[in-house]
Amino acid sequence: MPKKVIKRQASAHLPPETRHTNFTEVVCGYTEAEAITEAGRCLQCKEPLCITGCPVRINIKGFINLISISDYKKAYETISEANLFPSICGRVCPQERQCEAACVLGKKQEPVSIGLLERFVGDTARQNDWHDTHEIKPIGKRAAIIGSGPAGLACAYDLVKAGVSVVVFEALHLPGGVLTYGIPEFRLPKEIVFREIDNLTRLGVTIETNMVIGRIHTIEELMGQLSFDVVFIGTGAGYPMGLGVKGESLNGVMSANEFLTRVNLMHGYDFPRYGTPVGIGKNIAVIGCGNTAIDSARTALRLRPDNVYIVYRKRLEESPARKEELHHAMEEGVQFIWLTEVKEIISDNEGWVSGMDCIRGGETGFFLDVDTVIYALGTLANPIIARTTPKLKVDRAGYIETVAETLMTSIPGVFAGGDITKTPGTFTTVIHAMSTGRRAARGMLKYLNVL
Amino acid sequence: MFEITRTEQFSPSTFLWEVRAPEIARAARPGQFVIVHCDEMSERIPLTIADFDAVSGTVTIVIQAAGKSTLDMMAYKAGDRILDIAGPLGEASVIENFGTTVLVGGGLGVAPVYPILRALKLKCCRTISIIGFRSMSLMFWEGRFREYSDETIIVTDDGSYGQQGLVTQPLKRIIMERQIDRVIAIGPLVMMKACAEVTRPLNIKTIISANPIMVDGTGMCGSCRVSIGGEVKFACIDGPDMDGHLVNFDELIIRQKRFHKYEKQSLDLRDAQKSN
Ligand SMILES: Cc1cc2nc3c(=O)[nH]c(=O)nc-3n(C[C@H](O)[C@H](O)[C@H](O)COP(=O)(O)OP(=O)(O)OC[C@H]3O[C@@H](n4cnc5c(N)ncnc54)[C@H](O)[C@@H]3O)c2cc1C
Ligand SMILES: Cc1cc2nc3c(=O)[nH]c(=O)nc-3n(C[C@H](O)[C@H](O)[C@H](O)COP(=O)(O)OP(=O)(O)OC[C@H]3O[C@@H](n4cnc5c(N)ncnc54)[C@H](O)[C@@H]3O)c2cc1C
Ligand code: SF4
Ligand code: SF4
Ligand code: FES
Repeated sequence: MPKKVIKRQASAHLPPETRHTNFTEVVCGYTEAEAITEAGRCLQCKEPLCITGCPVRINIKGFINLISISDYKKAYETISEANLFPSICGRVCPQERQCEAACVLGKKQEPVSIGLLERFVGDTARQNDWHDTHEIKPIGKRAAIIGSGPAGLACAYDLVKAGVSVVVFEALHLPGGVLTYGIPEFRLPKEIVFREIDNLTRLGVTIETNMVIGRIHTIEELMGQLSFDVVFIGTGAGYPMGLGVKGESLNGVMSANEFLTRVNLMHGYDFPRYGTPVGIGKNIAVIGCGNTAIDSARTALRLRPDNVYIVYRKRLEESPARKEELHHAMEEGVQFIWLTEVKEIISDNEGWVSGMDCIRGGETGFFLDVDTVIYALGTLANPIIARTTPKLKVDRAGYIETVAETLMTSIPGVFAGGDITKTPGTFTTVIHAMSTGRRAARGMLKYLNVL
Repeated sequence: MFEITRTEQFSPSTFLWEVRAPEIARAARPGQFVIVHCDEMSERIPLTIADFDAVSGTVTIVIQAAGKSTLDMMAYKAGDRILDIAGPLGEASVIENFGTTVLVGGGLGVAPVYPILRALKLKCCRTISIIGFRSMSLMFWEGRFREYSDETIIVTDDGSYGQQGLVTQPLKRIIMERQIDRVIAIGPLVMMKACAEVTRPLNIKTIISANPIMVDGTGMCGSCRVSIGGEVKFACIDGPDMDGHLVNFDELIIRQKRFHKYEKQSLDLRDAQKSN
């Protein structure tokens, strides 16, 4: 008799009709019953291909098995071996291109919902206040980590576990990098980010905020006067790329980074209670269709304008955004304009945006009635570190060059990872940043002769 | 948390803070700025480092109460603490023996000119300072300027002290009369623009300090974009010092109005809370 096929369990979602009224997380996550049912779908393959799809090689098969026998604590410990941020990755990884794309079950039916299961484990750990309890034996070495994004934090995690004393220097007033200032609350609640970071500080990692390395200390000073033995650069690639069209400096045009930072980091959605305004109008065009563009459009929608458009020069299928978020954006009422390029942003008499001239399919011109333009065309390497570190080798675009295996830069003892280094053929993702942070940590430990 | 070690009120709307931040004080150079974030609820505000002392571990900022955030800052007293201060940010001013340099400070701009003046004097530049205020009651740091300037010219809009008029008048006169190698002008945008126009015909290198609206101050948001000779620069990482003859001032002046509507809303809320 054929086995009864259990369908992939869906998580509850907030209803699309009311989502735009608040910043509450959209995906509710599994209940315990749903998690156990979903875990039961896993075939426990002899050759678990899912693991090869995960950049940090979580023992997916193992933790799913532990969920199905309700041993969530062990499941958490299993994930923690490879990934310190299950609640984050479970939410933001593009699973459809990574672990779930490789899942064997996916060949015949829908793959196991690995992301939601991982999130369930991470969230269960949080609710029960489980922490990483690695015993730490100091080895008398010191590491400086520049940047507290996923790359820097993952690197810090492996170093601190190996007994290295770690200080993370962060330029902004809060840690987390894009997780904090970029990805919005309704997709990744900040409470979760800070709680996961708290895990690290409990292990003894020091995080110093407001420290722009290159300005307050140079890398040379970190290695010299400040006597760090090794340095990791995880400064991300946050420098926003411009539109390069007429009108891009008009009032009412801003980068997605500025918009998201005003809303997320500075709580601009709660202006004037919080001091930082956001400054968007009633008809908003977001240019681009990656994760940043989708996040911007959905965030804008929650500030209650009349229309939010996504203007993209390619088609839906070519969007690099997470599939689920594209779907959410459509459900929520973001209006997509495909195969369209911006020709010029039009100004009123006083220097404010009063519309946008566009071209569809390379030929048909049309006017889009907008008063705000948010551009999300990607970002480049931030130049501060390169400019203040003459010996550091960077490529023409400013990305730091590293040795593939160890991720050491042209300066002995100085390593780099995450978005500030470029790996051909990979997407810049949270988990990719974390995997390079971990690889660099191994390189650093080898360099320190402790591995 | 960072302690305010001293405050001084220069006038009803201008005041000074000395903040304990030893690492910033050690690294600071003339021309750089800090970003202050007083508490969880407040904005991140860029302010030029008006002085720094590595020995006492303090940085000095001089502030003009222009809107909600800076008015709130006026209420802080010595011993109070602020949540965050990040810096030093931006590229330091180029300090060399340029020969004869004219330093122009307008209003609050007088404060950021001071560390540049001092550093240039220590490099043996011949320094001529022109500092301007709306009125004598707003004047500050005359003594500090006289100490490091070979000549000090003070102008006031209303003639209540020094010469009556605008800073551009003595500037025009001096560059006509003598060989001037460099001009540094800091103050309101219209003043910096006017100074750049005065020196343009004689092609005297003129440095201004761009003060666009900022958020992070680390090159991540692009709020501080300035057009320099047709190229986009970010004032927080490429500046704030810029070549005054290349800056698109008109664009900068318009961009400073980006949040006018909201600034007013903030002030209204502040007034409403006050009267409660
Ligand atoms: C809006 C948005 C949405 C995204 N959504 C997703 C998603 O859903 N899934 C996904 O996998 N990826 C997503 N990404 C991509 C992902 O966030 C990045 O690839 C990842 O965060 C890179 O990590 P990082 O550690 O290299 O750098 P970042 O996260 O950029 O962190 C770098 C940190 O370094 C700090 N820094 C910079 N310069 C200095 C300095 N000189 N001194 C000290 N500190 C410094 C910065 O302030 C920052 O905090 C998204 C990105 C954006 C912008
Ligand atoms: C690099 C840099 C250095 C600066 N140094 C100093 C300094 O040493 N002392 C000082 O008092 N101020 C300085 N400023 C300006 C200061 O940051 C602003 O006055 C402040 O942000 C205003 O905040 P607010 O909420 O009090 O006023 P808001 O309500 O935001 O604004 C009030 C008024 O000030 C204008 N304004 C807003 N932002 C700026 C700005 N960035 N620059 C100039 N005017 C602005 C507005 O157009 C408005 O008319 C500097 C700005 C920059 C970018
Ligand atoms: S970290 Fe990302 S890729 Fe790896 S198992 Fe979790 S969701 Fe999949
Ligand atoms: S490949 Fe899919 S079915 Fe097989 S072990 Fe991994 S998650 Fe389970
Ligand atoms: S203030 Fe954000 S890039 Fe300069």
